[in-house]
Amino acid sequence: MEELRILSPTAILGYGFPMESFEEGMKRKPHVIAVDAGSTDPGPFYLGAGKSFTDRNSVKRDLEIMIPAALEAGIPVIVVTAGGCGGRPHVEFAVEIVMEIAHEKQLSFKLAVIQSEFDREFVKENIRAGNISPLFPAQEIGEADVEESVRIVAQMGEEPFIEALDNGADVILAGRSYDPSVFAALAIREGFDKGLAIHLGKILECAAIAALPGSGSDCMFGYLHHDDFVLEPLSPLRKCTALSIAAHTLYEKSNPYILPGPGGSINLHHAQFEQIDDNKVKVSGSRFIPTHDYFVKLEGVRRTGYRTISCAGVKDPIMMGKIDAIVESVKERVENNFENYGIKDFFLDFKIYGRNGVMAIFPDIAHSAGDELLIIIEAVADTQEQADTICGFARSTMLHFGYEGRIATAGNLAFPFSPSDCKMGEVYEFNIYHLMKVEDPKTLFPIEYFQL
Amino acid sequence: MEYKLTDIASVIRSKNSGPYELTFDVIFKDFEMYERVKTANIFNAAMFAPLYGIPESDIISLVYFDPAKAIKITIVRPIPSGSLGETDVYGAQQHAPLMGVKFEL
Repeated sequence: MEELRILSPTAILGYGFPMESFEEGMKRKPHVIAVDAGSTDPGPFYLGAGKSFTDRNSVKRDLEIMIPAALEAGIPVIVVTAGGCGGRPHVEFAVEIVMEIAHEKQLSFKLAVIQSEFDREFVKENIRAGNISPLFPAQEIGEADVEESVRIVAQMGEEPFIEALDNGADVILAGRSYDPSVFAALAIREGFDKGLAIHLGKILECAAIAALPGSGSDCMFGYLHHDDFVLEPLSPLRKCTALSIAAHTLYEKSNPYILPGPGGSINLHHAQFEQIDDNKVKVSGSRFIPTHDYFVKLEGVRRTGYRTISCAGVKDPIMMGKIDAIVESVKERVENNFENYGIKDFFLDFKIYGRNGVMAIFPDIAHSAGDELLIIIEAVADTQEQADTICGFARSTMLHFGYEGRIATAGNLAFPFSPSDCKMGEVYEFNIYHLMKVEDPKTLFPIEYFQL
Repeated sequence: MEYKLTDIASVIRSKNSGPYELTFDVIFKDFEMYERVKTANIFNAAMFAPLYGIPESDIISLVYFDPAKAIKITIVRPIPSGSLGETDVYGAQQHAPLMGVKFEL
């Protein structure tokens, strides 16, 4: 085989794509349709709560087009990081949708489902065996951290996909995966260079984001050869330029020259980006450098509590000038009020938009204020009831707080909504972001087959 | 003469690189200006750290990437994405201090 063609319909399953672009892609006779369905970008909640960050209807719409088209063309569809995070409930979310489509459209095919959620006991055994190391800047973890974690997933490489393809799967739904692996799996199975295949996957995983103008909801097409690969956008509105493709190599990465993944890194020090056509770019020179041991990346989250928020505006210039002192006084009053009542362990924060709301994670940078503020009062506590109590008390205290120099004595806050407080539910945070040394990258990720 | 980064860059952006890192990209409009900035080593740890009020040791990498005429700076995220105190889960709006950068060349 001299050329392997890959269709990437959309940046994230559920983000959609124009039918015209998809049809252009099918005309080019792809050997596989591959989609990445997830990311850690939306934060720790979705992994912890077992929920998808993409909408069910949007996901179904995309799959409903891709699966029948692939079956008709006799090519596989591979979807990874199903349900957004790749835990068991996330994979289940995607399996249910695929089964529904098969039933509604009377389709018959072989479905492979690959899991990536690890049992806590298994991770603890690996800690004891010294197989787990933090991925800087995450900290070392112990067994207690694993015990606290509500869900741990590991990123698989291409090996489980190759096994599922060998076993004749038409549709593969997988848990958490290293994004490029889904695009590279068939190519590596067919004997193409792994460095080129993974680098191509790195670009295809974001679909048309790497084109100009970029879009997360349009298709991208890849042609892989033995010495290079070529990228082509499928909408006449977009072009791939040597620069747009080279620049994409920077996107969401720590270092553009070395891109680490399961089993090794791709090295782009000698990568060449060449414009070969008005809208196509050829890339060559990417190399895969295997590591001595095989490592997979673990992601885990723990629950920190429950959140309640209240949003309110401030327009009074005297109050705005004293906002820091007011916030400190309100915090003290809240702590003092519940100290002997038994609610002591809570997090109370005031996000002050119009001043340094967006960049408050960098407290030392200079900031200036606008002529009004939005204050988000946030309380996180062990139970939803306690979070409601703390947020509500902070809100009423701030509303009537008699700060020095106050002349507007009727109330300090402008509420846009009634009720003013909003329950946000469970709160999670990442507590595992580690590498685990493994013997066999395939057996860790069990595959189940269903004949539909 | 004095240059403003916003006049010579076509892209200035920030984003998470995983939940524990924040990464900044500056892509220049043309290769000539990129080469001049690179040769003069305008972007370095001592220049970048004060923009964010962070110690230089929090800078994980600062790389000039020739194929894209770009500079990439990756730092330790002040807190892991979505932890208590978060203000920008995706890290997509942390680039503003770079927009004020000016330098003599």
